[in-house]
Amino acid sequence: MCCAVHRNAQYSTVYNTSEKTFDKILIANRGEIACRVIKTCKKMGIKTVAVHSDVDSSAVHVKMADEAVCVGPAPTNKSYLNMDAIMDAIRATGAQAVHPGYGFLSENKEFAKRLAAEDVTFIGPDTHAIQAMGDKIESKLIAKAAQVNTIPGFDGVVKTAEEAVKIAQDIGYPVMIKASAGGGGKGMRISWNDEETREGFRFSSQEAASSFGDDRLLIEKYIDNPRHIEIQVLADKHGNALWLNERECSIQRRNQKVVEEAPSTFLDPTTRRAMGEQAVQLAKAVQYSSAGTVEFLVDSNRNFYFLEMNTRLQVEHPITECITGLDLVEQMIRVAKGYQLKHKQEDIPINGWAIESRVYAEDPYKSFGLPSIGRLSQYQEPINLSKVRVDSGIQEGSDISIYYDPMISKLVTYGATRAEALARMEDALDNYVIRGVTHNIPLLREIITHPRFISGDISTNFLPEVYPDGFKGHQLEADKRRELLASAAALYITTQLRSQKVLGSLRVPSSPIECNHWELCVELGEGHHSMEVTKSGNVYTVEVDGGKVEVSGQWNLASPLLPLTINGTDRMLQCLSRDASGRIVLQYLGTSFKLRVLSKLAAELNSYMPEKVPEDTSSILRSPMPGTVVAVSVKPGDTVAEGQEICVIEAMKMQNSLTAVRQAKVKNVHCKPGETVGEGDLLVELE
Amino acid sequence: MMAAFSVARSSCGLINGLRTSFRSLAPVKHGAVAAAVPQTNLRRDCRWYSVSHLSVKERIDKKRTAALVGGGQKRIDAQHKRGKLTARERVELLLDPESFVESDMFVEHRCSDFGMEQDSNKFPGDSVVTGRGRINGRLVYVFSQDFTVFGGSLSGAHAQKICKIMDQAMTVGAPVIGLNDSGGARIQEGVESLAGYADIFLRNVLASGVVPQISLIMGPCAGGAVYSPALTDFTFMVKDTSYLFITGPDVVKSVTNEDVTQEELGGAKTHTTVSGVAHHAFENDVEALLNMREFFNFLPLSNQDPAPIRESHDPSDRLVPSLDTIVPFETTKAYDMLDIIQTIVDERDFFEIMPNYAKNIVVGFARMNGRTVGIVGNQPKVASGCLDINSSVKGARFVRFCDAFNIPIITFVDVPGFLPGTAQEYGGIIRHGAKLLYAFAEATVPKITVITRKAYGGAYDVMSSKHLRGDVNYAWPSAEVAVMGAKGAVQIIFRGKENQAEAEAEYVEKFANPFPAAVRGFVDDIIEPSTTRKKICRDLEVLASKKQVNPWKKHANIPL
Repeated sequence: MCCAVHRNAQYSTVYNTSEKTFDKILIANRGEIACRVIKTCKKMGIKTVAVHSDVDSSAVHVKMADEAVCVGPAPTNKSYLNMDAIMDAIRATGAQAVHPGYGFLSENKEFAKRLAAEDVTFIGPDTHAIQAMGDKIESKLIAKAAQVNTIPGFDGVVKTAEEAVKIAQDIGYPVMIKASAGGGGKGMRISWNDEETREGFRFSSQEAASSFGDDRLLIEKYIDNPRHIEIQVLADKHGNALWLNERECSIQRRNQKVVEEAPSTFLDPTTRRAMGEQAVQLAKAVQYSSAGTVEFLVDSNRNFYFLEMNTRLQVEHPITECITGLDLVEQMIRVAKGYQLKHKQEDIPINGWAIESRVYAEDPYKSFGLPSIGRLSQYQEPINLSKVRVDSGIQEGSDISIYYDPMISKLVTYGATRAEALARMEDALDNYVIRGVTHNIPLLREIITHPRFISGDISTNFLPEVYPDGFKGHQLEADKRRELLASAAALYITTQLRSQKVLGSLRVPSSPIECNHWELCVELGEGHHSMEVTKSGNVYTVEVDGGKVEVSGQWNLASPLLPLTINGTDRMLQCLSRDASGRIVLQYLGTSFKLRVLSKLAAELNSYMPEKVPEDTSSILRSPMPGTVVAVSVKPGDTVAEGQEICVIEAMKMQNSLTAVRQAKVKNVHCKPGETVGEGDLLVELE
Repeated sequence: MMAAFSVARSSCGLINGLRTSFRSLAPVKHGAVAAAVPQTNLRRDCRWYSVSHLSVKERIDKKRTAALVGGGQKRIDAQHKRGKLTARERVELLLDPESFVESDMFVEHRCSDFGMEQDSNKFPGDSVVTGRGRINGRLVYVFSQDFTVFGGSLSGAHAQKICKIMDQAMTVGAPVIGLNDSGGARIQEGVESLAGYADIFLRNVLASGVVPQISLIMGPCAGGAVYSPALTDFTFMVKDTSYLFITGPDVVKSVTNEDVTQEELGGAKTHTTVSGVAHHAFENDVEALLNMREFFNFLPLSNQDPAPIRESHDPSDRLVPSLDTIVPFETTKAYDMLDIIQTIVDERDFFEIMPNYAKNIVVGFARMNGRTVGIVGNQPKVASGCLDINSSVKGARFVRFCDAFNIPIITFVDVPGFLPGTAQEYGGIIRHGAKLLYAFAEATVPKITVITRKAYGGAYDVMSSKHLRGDVNYAWPSAEVAVMGAKGAVQIIFRGKENQAEAEAEYVEKFANPFPAAVRGFVDDIIEPSTTRKKICRDLEVLASKKQVNPWKKHANIPL
């Protein structure tokens, strides 16, 4: 549940419930942002209406709201984007205003118009601003006119090298030169001085003529090591606008943000002020009201250039709330009602540091994150830690489905300093229990503990630069490997000893043969590690790989968390699974490691066991029962994710969803809806 | 039993090799089934004198050493090469270190035909290792057939050794674990071997319901020999190296002209998915033995002992909020009963029995507040959780085991009814379904039932209902106890009525909820799903002293 911890006063705002805003707000969204909005509404004494699709009928946001209306089936275009149904819900519940959250209808001017037509307040900017900023070209022109820095460039015919040099000097080095007709980065040359410009001109103009038959060249400011830094603005309907400092969002994969922080390590007060003032200029230029975000690219010399403006509440708004103490949703609601901003620019502080990790249900080992789906069989947020805020819209037992964004939560930590916030983030990630879906905590923890990130040396290229061959999980150093091996061994012995603690039978020898010395063999990856373990009290001493490790802990075998003290350092491990044949999966330093602990005897005997190649039956899907095909969700050529529904068979008046056991491309579909199939019939072939 | 020989021939290279020796008449060093060179009395006498210069002590040591290597290093190596452990290695891994107490190490076979009386054809201990030991400190009797000695074939002496430990196990009340790895009957001994099997069968039957008996098939087990595992409570198999069949592929081919491999005919996959003969299959010997240790922890030692209680770290009053939303609103939508079971039991630790057979019912062992319980649940995810022939038989056998050994039974009900159709009727669903009904009805152990959703028709009665002496019967708010689903009921009650939809809504309102059962006291309470674990743990504490006795009878007559 998305409970901010109340004892850590996160908002300095005192909620003034006597200031009348709305009686009832409908939240046209789902998941964490719907919960987030409902929470502020509750504090402001406003009744809330949730909308939901049929699969979301028991979702957290539905339970939190005072009323809930189903607006259609699972696919978003039939539910959360279904304006007719949402308008009906507004009429039926008598909601006076709508908070759109982010995504879905939040930047849909049509929706804003329809609300206005029925005299329902849209909690966001005016249609005019949404439209102006929604168009990439128009927004740049408006920005330029409002004296906001845009990326300088020249697009046209350049006759001589000297002309190119002059253009480059006007723009300022470094510049990027390429043929206008060439798409993307094709034939792009970076020039840092006049000489390189001349050379670049020669190559590019030749290429332009020969390859594209088009002489025009594009010379544009080259942003080296760009950072993505955005300014939160807040404006009212009376011409007042504030900038609420920046958010550093450079850590991205496939243009999606992963880790954000506020403030940025990179901005000095002067740059911050300049960026903030330009953002406010832009907001004023479009008569912006409500909360909005102006995104900039910032180069290594702290030159900044306007990218776009988002006319909605951003996903990463909590970090701004943490450092400014403002509740942005409250401000949006007030502004929408027509109140003036209470704050002046000088009232806006930077208190401490906040970091946000986006926890996703995805596999970080594949392109830094491919969505995974499933049921959260166990789920525990680290909200018992101080100065940790978790915004989520799911709980234990929730399904992460293919229909919606696979975000599990936004994990926010804050502290007086960046180091403090980072240390808390490390702790919070280690204490976060997620079972049932693959998640990106391994990647998040590696990012926030990476020396480059810690030093603030980041850019939008961070992930591909740091992990050129893809993310591979935490790479254990020798001492850490010993710690991991020792922890697994100690856990194994604990379970073995516990098996002897059988009550209820008088025929068990009253004291089983006390053993406090074991010889074990632990397998980790390709390595086999022999070890000797001794136990005294709760402390295990493990000799492995020429080192000695002391492990102690409470050893609660029912808990997914495994708090250990390893060589005097407190570490939070997690036991993801363990079985009778000694297989233990431990999450250590964020990454999960598969280990196998065997007694010396079992390890010796295990060497006789043949390696087995698992039979691959994952590429065909057969009907598990006789029935009728109700739906086929894939067609040949589609790529399905692990766990994704392939088809639905109805038997005994029950619909059984058949899912892919791995990610694959669909090769052939042998059934169609309405068809009757027998048990074992081939339904779908995967590649 | 005759079939065993041909099976053995096809299943083990050892005996194939021996066919050559028959022809060449060459003496065979180890494990010979038959060496054809006639022996004279004189030579036998010589042998006796030739060892007589050794002291008794030396002879004891020599025999012991010989017993430890079974059929000799070469055969041990061959065993390893097949990915199998030796009989002794298996025992060592199965039991607590240094707990094994061996018996009958000096027993030798008594066959004197076909040159079997030759010194080289005698192996101290013969082709089986027997004794007692401990698993996590708890007593168990074990026999482990030694494939390196005459292909593990069963001689009179071999059978006698097994019978001895079974008798002891019965006397003291401790489980028997059999590790089977045998080519079949000792052909040279003829009827003596057959008698041996029968002696074991008889003991299997007499011990049934007195001490738990578990078979782990770790090699071939064919012909009449299969009936010993079949009589035991649980049969586990090792994938790729174990086979169970009455007649091997060669005989099948000659009799029915069917082409079938050993693996298809009687491998672990066949028996755990198709025939339902075996209850679990494991990847290899090591995994199988380690899992056997784990499994053993769930079992009481005998029918005189209570279900064991292991130290538990999982709070008995733990609430499980995720259960409040697990049953989908749409009554036709499936969910996984295993999700419910795992969150309710201690530490998500559930040892499923027959996980790949008749998957529309889930059975297995778990613990509640440390105490072993048997779990039975309909599985809505598979065939809608209906009861059919296979699932009824699977459930019935499990329920009867639990009842025999004082293990409380917790039943999770979401059953739309018995599966209709000619296949089921012709197959005898009536008498097979009756087995499950019978098993639940006769059980006198604590019985707790939770209706999670559907409990329709006769299947409702069967699934440990109040009427079959359920001790505590709960319904979740999503429960629907009714004769049938709304649509079918409406078609009958309101036949010809125009507004079927309205009638259906009325029926749903009236019957598709837990009230009709609750107002009649057929369920004791309607509970919040999140409190299920807490409530069951509390009930089990109370029911620990439950005493219920069925009327005296020679034995009951379950519809077999």
